[in-house]
Amino acid sequence: MSSLLEVRDLTVQLKMDAGPREVITGTSLDIGEGEAMGLVGESGSGKSMTAKAIARLLPDGATVTGSVTFDGTDVLALSGDALLKHRAQVAVVFQDPRAHINPVRRISDFMTESLRILDDVPKAEAVRKAAAALDEVGIDDPGKRLKQFPHELSGGMLQRVMIATALLSEPRLLLADECTTALDVTTQAEVMAILDDLRRDRGLSMLFITHDLELAGAVCDRTCVMYAGQIVETSAASRLHEDPLHPYSAALVQARPDISSTAERLVAIPGRPVSAFEAPSGCRFAPRCPHSLDSCRSTDQVLTDLDGGVVRCGRATDLRGNLLDGAHV
Amino acid sequence: MSTEILDPVAEAEESAPSRRRLSRIGVIGWVSIAIIALALLLAIFGPILRPFDPNLSDLSFANVGPFGSHLLGFDGQGRDVLSRIMEGARTTVLGAGFVALIAVAIGTTLAIATAWFGGKFDASVSAGLDVLFAFPGILLAVVAAAVFGPSLLSAGLALAIAYSPYVARVLRGAALKERAMTYIAALEVQGFGAWRLCVRHLLPNISSLIVAQGTILFGFAMVDLAAISFLGLGVQSPQADWGVMVSEGKTSLLQGYPIVSLTAVLCIVAVVAAVSFLGERLDASSKDVLR
Amino acid sequence: MSEHTSATEPVLSVRGLRKVFGTQVAVDDMNFDLLPGRSLAIVGESGSGKTTVARMIVGLEKPTAGTIVACGRDRSKPARRGAERKLRGREVQIVFQDPYSSLDPRQSGADLIDEVLRVHHDHHASDRKRIVGELAEIVGLDQRQINAMPKALSGGQRQRVAIARALATDPHVLILDESVAALDVSIQAQVLNVLADIRDERGISYVLISHDLAVVRQLTEEAIVMQRGIVVEQGVTADILDDPQHAYTQMLRASVPGPGWKPQRMRERKAAADAAAEAAAS
Repeated sequence: MSSLLEVRDLTVQLKMDAGPREVITGTSLDIGEGEAMGLVGESGSGKSMTAKAIARLLPDGATVTGSVTFDGTDVLALSGDALLKHRAQVAVVFQDPRAHINPVRRISDFMTESLRILDDVPKAEAVRKAAAALDEVGIDDPGKRLKQFPHELSGGMLQRVMIATALLSEPRLLLADECTTALDVTTQAEVMAILDDLRRDRGLSMLFITHDLELAGAVCDRTCVMYAGQIVETSAASRLHEDPLHPYSAALVQARPDISSTAERLVAIPGRPVSAFEAPSGCRFAPRCPHSLDSCRSTDQVLTDLDGGVVRCGRATDLRGNLLDGAHV
Repeated sequence: MSTEILDPVAEAEESAPSRRRLSRIGVIGWVSIAIIALALLLAIFGPILRPFDPNLSDLSFANVGPFGSHLLGFDGQGRDVLSRIMEGARTTVLGAGFVALIAVAIGTTLAIATAWFGGKFDASVSAGLDVLFAFPGILLAVVAAAVFGPSLLSAGLALAIAYSPYVARVLRGAALKERAMTYIAALEVQGFGAWRLCVRHLLPNISSLIVAQGTILFGFAMVDLAAISFLGLGVQSPQADWGVMVSEGKTSLLQGYPIVSLTAVLCIVAVVAAVSFLGERLDASSKDVLR
Repeated sequence: MSEHTSATEPVLSVRGLRKVFGTQVAVDDMNFDLLPGRSLAIVGESGSGKTTVARMIVGLEKPTAGTIVACGRDRSKPARRGAERKLRGREVQIVFQDPYSSLDPRQSGADLIDEVLRVHHDHHASDRKRIVGELAEIVGLDQRQINAMPKALSGGQRQRVAIARALATDPHVLILDESVAALDVSIQAQVLNVLADIRDERGISYVLISHDLAVVRQLTEEAIVMQRGIVVEQGVTADILDDPQHAYTQMLRASVPGPGWKPQRMRERKAAADAAAEAAAS
């Protein structure tokens, strides 16, 4: 599997009133053709900012170092038409569809706008393409939906419209940023199934950003876990639940209640998640980690290969296989 | 199981707002504060501190320019302009303040009551306000002058009543939004009464908007009161008032001696601009302090 | 813990509860009993009516029909007098979902709890201060946090303040309306543990309104599944989740991602459900 997207040592600082604030530190990841990569983390972990950096949607004044390469092109150097072309190939679907759609325009206007303006597609053909895309995401009677306004559609329906719209530009990579978080579970399952089909039928690559470890584990090939702006672990998604490499991944798995059994007591992680700019030096998770030593707090941790995965923890080898044993002290 | 990590951001931000609020005002803000302070001082102490009797008329000095201790010269009836400006500050500034205060009090009460009780009460009050909305403040003041006789009190009350629907409409939206916050629902479930919730919780949380409304109305009131006095339906000549002075100065103005009208107009504009600017700033800064 | 209910008498009893908005039936014929120290989940998706049930129980909505009895006293009709309102406030409390709108931005946790205590009791200031300290400790907030303005607190910390506020009057029933749904995973676990501890120590009963079946499993013994206002399944939480009987519950259960989960599209799911129904009929 050759890499479609390569992110190397990406660091992002945002311009805030109080001065620059780092939100991502040295992130590296690869996504292959047709691969679904999960990006999991709590609030402030920098997972959304990673997606924004890849799509070149960061707010004004952001400073970016490192590199993002998409299909051999240096994404960070793009401008003008080349940037528009990049954004067509890398589509983004956000959490709240209503915030990204003009409420006073019909679905057909919203869907066909970029086709007609950027690609000079005649109106009739653009509408036909939009209808086909709606059909692909399982919306019945696309002709009727196209004439409706956003408020006439449910959240789940609207999110499918967003996905269908993203498909119109024939993207090769889909960045799904918490795109099912606001949906009901049954609707979420439907949207996930659609994304799964698209990946199979179109060979679409996907970066699936979520706070839900189980969801990422169920639909992705590999999963990156982010904490305080850094990737702390990348491994096969199916393995993350049974055999995590990083103490934080293990802690996340254990903190979630289990639908098939009641725990006497949940294994909570003390403290609260922090953002990159407020993270301590040394290992950023150390203050909350049950396995941390003094040395963890004094040395910056680097990503190292371990058993087919990548982990940012100096004690990963010692702790191998013991993280889920209830070894908390 | 308390949080072990101290929160550096939260710590830093706790003391920041007040500092930021002040530093963001800028030069114009400080100038505005100075103007308002001066206007208030004049309104309170002006009639005591004025150098000459504002109503002492000596026609031999009519339209004579500044000299000696008569820093602003004399008006068309030979009265000292500086003394009249200082004397007139009281009715002008306090009159406008009175109008703004009454209008905000009526408007806020109506806004909170309609937002709180909703339903038919809201619908009927809002309909009534819409009717009142159609009357311009000055028209209402003219009617009041016709019925109760021309005076500052009748003009001021008429203006206050005419302004109140404006305040009520703006604040009702804010009050409705606040009413829908779940902290209000949580306190209702605690058994808190409507009065306590409205006065102790809802009102303080829309207070920045109330202040902003008050400052805007203060500006309107000052200009409208001056216009009413100019028409001879508010403060009565020879009583000194900035609006009256604009009116009185018009003969001198036509004779090529504009200093009387101009001074009064400049005073009005300076105070109105200062209050509006500061009100807007206060509103903007209080928005990002709390949420 | 409770003076006027014995261990076998329900602290909360709902019969034939119904709510109609205009022409839409939001809740239809709901019945349940909640015993002291027990927890009940009301599960459903958006539009199921589960939040309307919560709002009726605490008196924020008036039932169209049916009765709600808490601590042996009827609360189906709105309280007319202030004393009755406060009495009801000491019986049932609620914690809402959104930690950001559920606190007055101008009031610290300590001031908030102090005000609640002043409204309800005639305590001396030093007693109120002591109770504030106790509540802060129960929900796991330190001195700085309980005295901080909401703006300086994280979502999880705000939710702890909201729980402390609800506990201030020592209620018998606490409604948790998606109270942990907006929290990060690591914080959610902390708050769920706090809630479990409170129940063990105080014998309080919970009604958990939730769409999250794993949280429901963790915190409740009994559950009610609602779909578009109608109760489709009711019973022991473990049974419902391990062996759902109603087609809708089965679909909910199948929609929860987990190891080996394969998301199914509506068309496939419908076909599978039809096949299952046929098999059950024959």
